[in-house]
Amino acid sequence: MHMEVMSVTEPLFRLAPGVVFLPVAGILLNLLLGERWSEKVVGWIASLATVGAFGVAVALAVGLSRHPEGAVVPLLTWIHIGDFRVDWAFRVDTLSVVMMLVVAGVGALIHIYSIGYMHEDVRHNGDPRRFRRFFVFLNLFIAAMMILVSANNFLMLFVGWEGVGLCSYLLIGFWFEKGAGGIGNALAAKKAFVVNRIGDFGLLIALFLIFVNFGSLDFDAVFGQASHLAQVAPGVLTAITLFMLLGVTGKSAQIPLYVWLPDAMAGPTPVSALIHAATMVTAGVYLVARSQALYLEVPLAQSTVTWVGGLTALLAATIALGQYDIKRVLAYSTISQLGFMVAAVGMGAAVAGMFHLVTHAFFKALLFLSAGSVILGMERGHEAGHHHQVELDPQDMRYMGGLRQRMPLTFWVYLIGALALAGVAPLAGFFSKDEILAAANLKFPAVFGILLFSALLTALYMGRQLALVFFGSPRSEAAEKATESAPIVTAPLVVLAGLSVVGGLINAPGIYALEHWLEHTLHTVEAIPFQWTIAASSLAVALIGLGLAWWLYGQRPLPSPRETDPLARLLDGVYHALERKWWVDEIYHALFVRPYQVLAQGLAQAVDLGVIDGIVNGVGQLARQIALWWRKWQNGYVRSYALTFVVGVVLIVAYLLLR
Amino acid sequence: MSLSDLMMVLPIAFTLVWALVLLLIDLWLPRERQGILALLTALGLAVALGLDLAQSGRSGSAFRDMVVLDNFAVFLNALYLISGLIALALGYDYLKRMEMERGEFYALLLFSIAGMMLLTQANHLILVFLALEFLSIPLYVLAGFARPRLESEEAALKYFLLGAFSSAFVLYGIALVFGATANASLTGVIEAVRSGSAEVGFLTAGAVMLLVGFGFKVAAVPFHEWAPDVYQGSPTPVTGFMAVATKAAGFAVLMRIFLNLFPGLATSLTPIFWGIAALTMIVGNLLALAQSNIKRLLAYSSIANAGYLLMAFVPYGNAQVAGQAISSMLFYLLAYGLTTFGAWAVVVALEQAEGRGLTLEDYAGLGPKYPWLGVTMLIFMLSLTGVPLTLGFWGKFFLFRTAVAAGYVDLAIIGLLTSVISAYYYLRIVVIMYMRAGEPRVRRDGWLNLVAIGTAAAVVLLSVVPVQMLELTARAVLHLP
Repeated sequence: MHMEVMSVTEPLFRLAPGVVFLPVAGILLNLLLGERWSEKVVGWIASLATVGAFGVAVALAVGLSRHPEGAVVPLLTWIHIGDFRVDWAFRVDTLSVVMMLVVAGVGALIHIYSIGYMHEDVRHNGDPRRFRRFFVFLNLFIAAMMILVSANNFLMLFVGWEGVGLCSYLLIGFWFEKGAGGIGNALAAKKAFVVNRIGDFGLLIALFLIFVNFGSLDFDAVFGQASHLAQVAPGVLTAITLFMLLGVTGKSAQIPLYVWLPDAMAGPTPVSALIHAATMVTAGVYLVARSQALYLEVPLAQSTVTWVGGLTALLAATIALGQYDIKRVLAYSTISQLGFMVAAVGMGAAVAGMFHLVTHAFFKALLFLSAGSVILGMERGHEAGHHHQVELDPQDMRYMGGLRQRMPLTFWVYLIGALALAGVAPLAGFFSKDEILAAANLKFPAVFGILLFSALLTALYMGRQLALVFFGSPRSEAAEKATESAPIVTAPLVVLAGLSVVGGLINAPGIYALEHWLEHTLHTVEAIPFQWTIAASSLAVALIGLGLAWWLYGQRPLPSPRETDPLARLLDGVYHALERKWWVDEIYHALFVRPYQVLAQGLAQAVDLGVIDGIVNGVGQLARQIALWWRKWQNGYVRSYALTFVVGVVLIVAYLLLR
Repeated sequence: MSLSDLMMVLPIAFTLVWALVLLLIDLWLPRERQGILALLTALGLAVALGLDLAQSGRSGSAFRDMVVLDNFAVFLNALYLISGLIALALGYDYLKRMEMERGEFYALLLFSIAGMMLLTQANHLILVFLALEFLSIPLYVLAGFARPRLESEEAALKYFLLGAFSSAFVLYGIALVFGATANASLTGVIEAVRSGSAEVGFLTAGAVMLLVGFGFKVAAVPFHEWAPDVYQGSPTPVTGFMAVATKAAGFAVLMRIFLNLFPGLATSLTPIFWGIAALTMIVGNLLALAQSNIKRLLAYSSIANAGYLLMAFVPYGNAQVAGQAISSMLFYLLAYGLTTFGAWAVVVALEQAEGRGLTLEDYAGLGPKYPWLGVTMLIFMLSLTGVPLTLGFWGKFFLFRTAVAAGYVDLAIIGLLTSVISAYYYLRIVVIMYMRAGEPRVRRDGWLNLVAIGTAAAVVLLSVVPVQMLELTARAVLHLP
């Protein structure tokens, strides 16, 4: 079905370009005029642009409720060469609109939160003029993410894919001159960028293969021919899906490319919440869900994706146990939860994956933003204290403790988020995680076991974090003097907390609203029957994990920052491995980074400077030498010139005679 | 002689008469009022240019077929006259401050231009020889105009001796052609060749001798060795004039005679042209690398450019590309002329008395200190190198295209490679101008600035409409009887 044939039936669909152009308008306003505006104006313009995009997304959803088949809203023809054509067109269907609602909805809340958070952050970091830059980047991210999810073809999706990558890079390195050794943040940004390049390389290869084999990059055209290609050239389709998976592992932080996400926590906390938890990192999940038609044809790709997701979920959950940085725990938790989603879309349970994507966006954004509130509280407490000259890491949980009394509102919302993440019924995470587990139980029993164990670890590390941060007594002066954050910071938390409580209802057993909604787009949706045994075991592991955490950390709280972690006493050497993140970074460094650097150094020194420059300079020297030698003939004597002249004539005549 | 005969050579006749008038006026003018002569000369050149342009589109022959008129001649005559105007602008202040402002300068310049125009329109071999001498003898004098400076006198003497030497070859060539065809009129020779009554051996020998003689005028290797010495010793405005106008005149007569008389000899002559073109490109560019004097450097550059022009001339016997060859050569002459004159204007601005201010080191710091002059010189150097967005790029492009179209890919490759070499010495000037500290001394003169900026603007702006420019030169077709 080509877009020219399809007419846009629903007038509300015509609003679709607004999801991109409203944030762009926000960028332009703030970029061109924002210089003289106050922080409030700048922040609210950016926020309203995102709220507007959310409004458009809601309108599209309303339209879809009347015309669930959706539409493609054309904007302009982008590339038209011979038969090959790529349009700039917005795809409005139930899947893309779910993504739009999440991106713009959570995005709007985080924009509003950022007005308060960045006000303090820019002052704490000593450059208030960067306030505007932050909001321009944030709007740019929303625009790029909207391009990604509203694309009607792979090329436009790729533009958004790269756009969000760029924003991620810019925002991780937002305080590029800060961090370890004054370069830590810049290095983190670079790492994210480089690792994502590897993934994007895979995605690009997949796109090239699609272009060559399908002759089109339009979703409908490609997916429509998928089963045909699966019969004609199954190997090609396998290659496409596996290269695409490489892209997914980069963007959605899966094994083997997950290593950038923990470092990405160098960015300001709202960035961690928006980009590195709720939205951008789910782009890979969205891509696999969108490309279900391809994956369903290749069982090998399906099982690969599922196993990658399952193993990532487990590995990241174990590492999360060994972290002390409040945001790093959440980062590894994000990787782990993304593993759940990837596993779900991999095994064909796209609805379950999307469901978990939505609920995770709620509670993980909530957790990150609450962690931000905690960090702000610690910073305030540190500055109010006597020892504020001493460097203190406001994110180190060992220096926290007892914040329950100091920051009660933050505590309550954090508790809700943590319980939702742990999968305690009836909070949002319980239902979505349960659906993934149920699907895994049917299709990949081994992965089911892995995921269940990961769920146990999830509850354990969240319980550990709750205990370390909020319970016990303060382990530093900063924690002692910490204060609650301003309403503009806490208000979005309350909203997100509410969503984390009730968000599970959108696809809870018996309701299945999301499933009915998505089945208009994901035609292969199979309902996964609700199983009491699965639900019970899922709830049980959550409670066991929390109980274990309470037994380890709650009963006898950590008395001082220098005390050994109770879990370390229990696990000994293994815990050290967790702390060191299984040495994955070190292994990558030794296996890839060092050899690459040595090779690059060798090429630069020996080959480029030696061989290439040698040849170039050698030729130049040769020409010069010839010139200097030849110059001697030009001796200034007329008789010699005349001789040359005559020699020339003789040569010509000789040529004519001897020819 | 009828009036219509005279109309065919009106610009030539006017220039000659004007030169004589100037000589007379000079007798009555006091020494300090010589500036008036320059202005009168400019006026005369402008009128001649107007007369010349008025002839465009007309064609025919006059004086019993001794001279012809065609758009080719109109185009080149305009080129000589404009060259004369630019040389005047370069010399206006230069002659005064170098203390060589003498009235005969202007008359000699006009005589030389008249000779060039006559050479371009000549349709008889005897007239060709006369015109050649007519343009050369004033130039010998002009080369020595800076007397009693030794270098200038040396230049004049060398130019004269070798010029006479080469004239002998031209004369010998004419004699051989006459011997082969019993005719000295171009029309007559063409007839004889067509009817098959020409003696091919003598004809070939004559063609080769003519080639040698004209090769001297355009400074093609191996007849080029006079050029650096003469260019260096002559007063700089004269050098600029020689580098552009004389070279153009040499190519003009080469084109007219070879395309008319010797297309049948192409199989024997083309390899010779090939060798000369390749040698000229290689030697000119290589030797320019080793120069430290800007005038010598530009002299070798002009030799190298003769090589590029000859490249398009190699397939002259190929009727399919002959037209393209002429238009691309004329285009290149225009591009080269504008660029070179601009560069010489900068040289004049920096030149001091006693030949100082002429080494490359004297250009250190020019860019930052005199931004306008620096930028214009940058443009000229880029254009000579053949970098896009300049006329020089299109000039080379069209020449190379002609060579490739005629099947001489090897020549085009030599041209490209030698252009790469040329980048070294052209850009070296830019590097010295912008990246070395120095205190250049510059003579500021309105006419010089006008030439530098005007030619730089033309080099850049005309490069935007290359195809239209090429169409213009393509209209300058050679009159083929």
